[in-house]
Amino acid sequence: MTGAEGEAQVQAIGSDEDVVRVRQLVRTVAVAAKLSLVDQTKVVTAASELARNTLVYGGGGQAAVSTVDNGQRRGVRVVFSDSGPGIADLDLALTDGYTSGGGLGLGLSGARRLCDEFELDTAVGAGTTIAVVKWAR
Amino acid sequence: MERVPILKIGSVLLVSIQVDMQDQMALQLQEDLGQRIVDTGAKGVIIDITGLDIVDSFVGRTLSTIASISRVLDAETIVVGMRPAVAITLVELGLSLDGIRTSLNVERGLELLARNAEPETVDDLDFLDEPETTSP
Ligand SMILES: Nc1ncnc2c1ncn2[C@@H]1O[C@H](COP(=O)(O)OP(=O)(O)O)[C@@H](O)[C@H]1O
Ligand SMILES: [Mg+2]
Repeated sequence: MTGAEGEAQVQAIGSDEDVVRVRQLVRTVAVAAKLSLVDQTKVVTAASELARNTLVYGGGGQAAVSTVDNGQRRGVRVVFSDSGPGIADLDLALTDGYTSGGGLGLGLSGARRLCDEFELDTAVGAGTTIAVVKWAR
Repeated sequence: MERVPILKIGSVLLVSIQVDMQDQMALQLQEDLGQRIVDTGAKGVIIDITGLDIVDSFVGRTLSTIASISRVLDAETIVVGMRPAVAITLVELGLSLDGIRTSLNVERGLELLARNAEPETVDDLDFLDEPETTSP
């Protein structure tokens, strides 16, 4: 990701209510970045999936939400981080339908499809960080 | 925690989701609806999601589960009022909403349920020929 980045607003993720708060914060920033309604819906949905993973699998963490600007377009960037168990097999975790819990296994793969940029850093025993960007068209 | 209200209209239960539900609230709704179907003998459930600005995999799965539970309890579920942006996003997320019937709005959903409830054979319609005795 290149370009200017606004100050990040950080939302802790420690409960169901916090997942709702992440959705609302991402929505507010996506509106400010002038994303279309469909693109807002996509990035908020992706954020909801990733925030729930941070809570359920990462044991809690945070989401940092900011506007980004690459000189041509504005966008919204969300960075999820946790200090949980990490992801041992990334390819497997990113496979549609794979879940180690009781989910549908569409959160990671779906979030990657719904966003324009998707970067995942993980280390077993150390935690997981996922950064996504959605640009205004 | 807030609960999603369930209204009864004739033999149909109407659920209108108006808030951004946390996961626990969605699970509570699933449970409450099963109980209400049993208590009321409802034959149909309409879930109005006009008020939802996103449907993620958790809510999607909850809707599918509600449809399955209703079916086992002999009631049909119809999800109505999905916003276009939500529909587009669902497809890209990869959610198929298995076994869920959808309709444009509550009115169409009620029509669909009424049509499905109609007797299937002509024989079943015999009682309609009997003279009307209740009108004044
Ligand atoms: N933050 C995380 N920390 C550890 N494991 C994770 C994390 N996020 C996702 N995973 C793993 O990746 C799998 C796939 O995630 P996802 O696609 O969201 O499906 P689901 O949430 O339905 O299980 C999870 O089941 C889990 O094993
Ligand atoms: Mg998930």
